[in-house]
Amino acid sequence: MNSKTPSKLEKILAAGHLAVTSECGPPRNGNASVVQKKAEIIRNHVDAINITDNQTAVVRQCSLAACIRLKLMGIDPVLQMVTRDRNRIAIQSDILGATSFGIHNILCLTGDHQRFGDHPNSVNVFDMDSTKLIQTVRMMRDEGRLLGGYQMEEGRPEMFIGAAENPFADPFEIRVLRLAKKAAAGVQFIQTQCIYNMEKFKLWMKGVCEMGLHEHVAILAGVTPMKNVGMARYMKNRVPGIDVPDPIVKRLAGVPKEKQAEEGINICLEQIAELKEVEGIRGFHIMAIEWEEKVPEIVERAGLYPRPKVE
Amino acid sequence: MIMAKAKPIEEIINTITDFDKILLAGCNGCVAVCEAGGLKEVQTLASALRIYFSQKGKRPVIDEISLTRQCDKEYLEELKDKMDSYDAVVSLACGAGVQFLAEMFSEKPIFPAVDTCFIGVTQEQGVWSERCQACGQCVLASTGGICPITRCSKRMLNGPCGGSENGKCEISILVNRDVACGWHLIFERLKKLGELERFKEPAEDKDWTVSRDGGPREIIREDVRP
Repeated sequence: MNSKTPSKLEKILAAGHLAVTSECGPPRNGNASVVQKKAEIIRNHVDAINITDNQTAVVRQCSLAACIRLKLMGIDPVLQMVTRDRNRIAIQSDILGATSFGIHNILCLTGDHQRFGDHPNSVNVFDMDSTKLIQTVRMMRDEGRLLGGYQMEEGRPEMFIGAAENPFADPFEIRVLRLAKKAAAGVQFIQTQCIYNMEKFKLWMKGVCEMGLHEHVAILAGVTPMKNVGMARYMKNRVPGIDVPDPIVKRLAGVPKEKQAEEGINICLEQIAELKEVEGIRGFHIMAIEWEEKVPEIVERAGLYPRPKVE
Repeated sequence: MIMAKAKPIEEIINTITDFDKILLAGCNGCVAVCEAGGLKEVQTLASALRIYFSQKGKRPVIDEISLTRQCDKEYLEELKDKMDSYDAVVSLACGAGVQFLAEMFSEKPIFPAVDTCFIGVTQEQGVWSERCQACGQCVLASTGGICPITRCSKRMLNGPCGGSENGKCEISILVNRDVACGWHLIFERLKKLGELERFKEPAEDKDWTVSRDGGPREIIREDVRP
């Protein structure tokens, strides 16, 4: 895999290293330092940082602005973009704006339904879905064209194109095919939904490898440490598409409350160790939700530190 | 068929409270089938309004009629001779019927008595559900006869998303009822038809100009014009 864009993440993967990414959720206000502080905590332990795009349909500082902030700090940002809130005009406009600031990674998402968020009465857009967004970015980058046909003379996006994939959503049988479709659309890396059901994940990866998709798409395994048993139960019962097996809930419930966070980190480290052995895994996406301060410890204890240098 | 449901009676009362001579006009088309705006519903609404106003010491004239359809001029014209006797009309037709009535009788206040909801089917007695959003460019040929624009909450053309669980859409948890994942249905149907290959290629671009997004739509057929 030769890197084609200036993306640091792409270079890390092209050099054959296990990549490490993490994410920062922007605040629900205009504070200028929240994202910066979160990023400072993790910047030396990850290769790139995702900025979420109004995740769970809750209004937050925009992903593009926060990505620009990271870029100005010298960090490689991953611009998360959902198609829920933007039509093809706004999507392409934001991609061009990101390009003008040297943002070289994008994560193409359809997005949680707006009824989950703080504005359930809003209209949704869905002019396209995540797969079409992948195709759009690829066309803008490789052909220098906009969807409307306009040919750019200069300033083409140079973006390493990513997407999410959730092996735990139903129907399971379609999940490998769905990745194949995203691969056909032009996706280059995947950050998976948080993995707790290892057996199911391995079954999915087996299918991915059998189709040879792992040779074209770098799969970064998504992990999220549990802070306590309450979080495990909430994710199991209330978050669609997340599969938390009972033994994990029981294990957290089995330790005293003050030890649960530590146990959550231990589980996460065991998962990373196990996932390192799975064929096709090219790195990790560590989603420590409002728990960024634990990312350095996880990366170090997982044997993923120091991060490699790439030119 | 176009599905509608009755507005709360308080809302209807508020719109007509200052009028003395009111015509309730039903429609024997779609809204009669979904039991929201046919003759039966006109009669029920008229009785309820009479009771309400008599309790307030008022006795407005409330007459009842139901037309064959309110979306065709020839049927609306049946009201021409009667219209002068009324101060206002409450239409129990869908939004199209209410508007066509207002266009024909432009000096008369016309109020809706139903909320027009969707194009759908009678799932079972008393249950109606949506099947079509009139997007103007039918994709059913490639999706096993199940519409992703309507049945997927995110109108995805390359679904299902990552929120589908046990055949249910992620919004089920929020709306307190089981909403089937449209793409799960499509998958099961294509599997039965032996057409799963369709999943491998990304869908074609959707042209929304033929949908609501292109502005109010019109079909002109020269071959059937007089």
